[in-house]
Amino acid sequence: MTTLAESRNWEKFFWPIAVAAVLLVLWHYSVVWTATKIFPSPLDVERGLIGLFHKNVLWNDIADSLRRVALGFGAAAILGIPIGLVLGWYPAIDQVVNPTMQLLRPISPIAWIPVAIIFFGVGDKAAVFLIFLAAFFPIVVACVDGVSNVPSVFRRAGRNFGLTAAQLLARVVFPAALPQIIIGLRIALGISWLVVVAAEMIAVDSGLGYLVIDSRNSGKHYDLVVAAMLIIGVIGLLLDTGFRRLEKIKSVRWGFRDAS
Amino acid sequence: MTAIGQEKRSRQSAWSVRLRPLAFIAVLLVLWQLAIHRAPGHFLPSPWGVVRGLADLTSHGLLVKYVVASLFRVTWGFTLAAILAIPLGLTIGWYRRAEMAFNPLIQFLRPISPLAWIPIAILWFGVGDLSAIFLIFLSCFFPLLLTAINAVRNIPAVYINAGRNFGLSPGALVYRVLYPAVVPQLIVGLRITLGIAWLVVVAAEMIAVNSGLGFLIVDARNAGNRYDLVVAGMVLIGLIGLLLDIGMRSLEKVKSFRWSYSEE
Amino acid sequence: MESTVAITATPTVETKLRAEHISMSFTRDGESMPVLEDINLEVGNGEFLCLLGPSGCGKSTLLSIIAGFLSPTSGEVKIDGEIVRGPDPRRIFVFQERGVFPWLTVEGNIGFGLFKLTRAERDRRIAHYIKMVGLEGFGKSYPSELSGGMKQRLEVARALAVNPDMLFLDEPFGALDSITRLIMRGELLRIWEAERKTIIFVTHDIDEAVQLADRVAVMSARPGRIQEIVNIDIPHPRDINSARYLELRTGIFNQSGLAHHL
Repeated sequence: MTTLAESRNWEKFFWPIAVAAVLLVLWHYSVVWTATKIFPSPLDVERGLIGLFHKNVLWNDIADSLRRVALGFGAAAILGIPIGLVLGWYPAIDQVVNPTMQLLRPISPIAWIPVAIIFFGVGDKAAVFLIFLAAFFPIVVACVDGVSNVPSVFRRAGRNFGLTAAQLLARVVFPAALPQIIIGLRIALGISWLVVVAAEMIAVDSGLGYLVIDSRNSGKHYDLVVAAMLIIGVIGLLLDTGFRRLEKIKSVRWGFRDAS
Repeated sequence: MTAIGQEKRSRQSAWSVRLRPLAFIAVLLVLWQLAIHRAPGHFLPSPWGVVRGLADLTSHGLLVKYVVASLFRVTWGFTLAAILAIPLGLTIGWYRRAEMAFNPLIQFLRPISPLAWIPIAILWFGVGDLSAIFLIFLSCFFPLLLTAINAVRNIPAVYINAGRNFGLSPGALVYRVLYPAVVPQLIVGLRITLGIAWLVVVAAEMIAVNSGLGFLIVDARNAGNRYDLVVAGMVLIGLIGLLLDIGMRSLEKVKSFRWSYSEE
Repeated sequence: MESTVAITATPTVETKLRAEHISMSFTRDGESMPVLEDINLEVGNGEFLCLLGPSGCGKSTLLSIIAGFLSPTSGEVKIDGEIVRGPDPRRIFVFQERGVFPWLTVEGNIGFGLFKLTRAERDRRIAHYIKMVGLEGFGKSYPSELSGGMKQRLEVARALAVNPDMLFLDEPFGALDSITRLIMRGELLRIWEAERKTIIFVTHDIDEAVQLADRVAVMSARPGRIQEIVNIDIPHPRDINSARYLELRTGIFNQSGLAHHL
């Protein structure tokens, strides 16, 4: 690896901006040169964005998408973490349940849509169910891994001090596994954000995903399509960054390598 | 937790232990069957109904056709993504400036669900195979890129220094130090990304094409509420996804890749 | 080589710990690997005993058995007349500094075993032990902010805070540089003299054993047996240049068959 003796601070901003600028220029000119009527140029997208922001609908859509994620992800965490901890703590139970999970896991949440619709009808609940499904497995897996990776020194020390099994789980195993659990939660959140958009394209009538599909269907407003995609990207990025902040808290920070 | 030789475990035969997960699945199936029995007219099929649905598909020759279609798209999308993303990622990871330059962009594009790209995909490629392949390509590209970048950045500096110390040329350095060092992580990344590809193909097929397992699910429901076929499709998806995963894991076990798992 | 009969501690001190005919084998891949063979040991109350031996001789295994983390293949350990069946807060094991909990502060770690006390009592004890091991000012720091030596002190403080009868230390200074090691040995003796716990200390370092212990149990290579028990009759503070020190040290060198001409 080329190690820079000193990576000057300004470079951290300069290069990405340079790359982004180049890309925007290429985008703009490729639209102009191909004289496409449909694909938007950066300027079109910008106008579309501004237009969206002025309409109240956008804020509702964002709120709807976020709300679904909050519900589905929250439910997955509330159920998944205890289940994951138990499975990690009792390998015997994990051995029984795991193959079933391995069978269910590769089934795309999208494939569950018809089943979700049977149970919940078209609408919010179906979307939340799908998000729950998508977030559940990564969270459980992260908990199981986190628990089984707790160094045995910690467990021994806990037992040495006379902790009961419940105390051991709460005061030693859980804090020791927490960094990995948080990583799992972050990944699950990212997946939730991907799935909510997908679910909204198919199963509901509001939200950012719906905005994307609707903009196309009702008049091929590709400028709005791309504008919506950008918003999706930004919010997803914010969610991820916010979560990474959690990883900096002192009582979990020890578990993370210094990753930028 | 006492030593292995000391645990007073009752001697359980290896067989009975292995059967337990199957017993668990069997119990779930029985519960499912009973639940459907009690609510006749419910759209959801019973396990037996699913089996019959599978038989139905096979007899129409659709089973193999759809599975092959889905696998075909995954293979193309995944392979293209791998061929492009891995060298690119290794390069970006190697040069600090490149990483600084591209990382924000990658972080920005990554959270955009591949499915949000569908209108663009249809615009550029129309409804059909290419759209689906494009979507799969997109969904695989970023994870593989990031895996490659991280793999390079995680190479302990000692390895690189040792290589330089022994006077390796840049080419030899790449071939004899970099590549073996990143391979284990790349394989794990490939396995995870293959799983993602399999998830996305199903979604892509529900929207953008006219064959494949995803299409089966949508079509079976739309054309007459054949939920037995819907669930049959889901079962197939689960099985194939699992097989793909197991296949990749056995690749990880190949001895020459195992050096990084010495902790086990 | 027949197993040596353990020399009991001087008659005026009562026996705290008695290990009788301890043998241990591990099975791996169907093969049985003997690790310890017929260990007999008595430790007096308030005594500082070293288990000394080369890597792999089973001394850590023996300590784990004594502490109750492992069950021996045969034989038993009795502490205060009771058979040891599992770990107990009256006998705290000090691992190398990696046993410190990274998600707790110094105060949190030391207070870890004190959950049965009132808040006030707990705080008092924590303050007392922070001072005793010399970590004043670092109460709110996290282990990642401490040096290796400091982490080791923290672990000792955590162990002491629950007021155990016995301390087991498994090569606790192994990860430290040699200067810090010397300092830490002095600290350990200071604490031991203040609190007079019974200590069993595992090491592969002959100097360390002769500097610290009242008695040294020299172990052979695998399968581990106690070759001999050496009485270190030098009073503390020990002069490591004194004739008696060198004599004892040389004796052990000879016993373990190590060449001391490089």
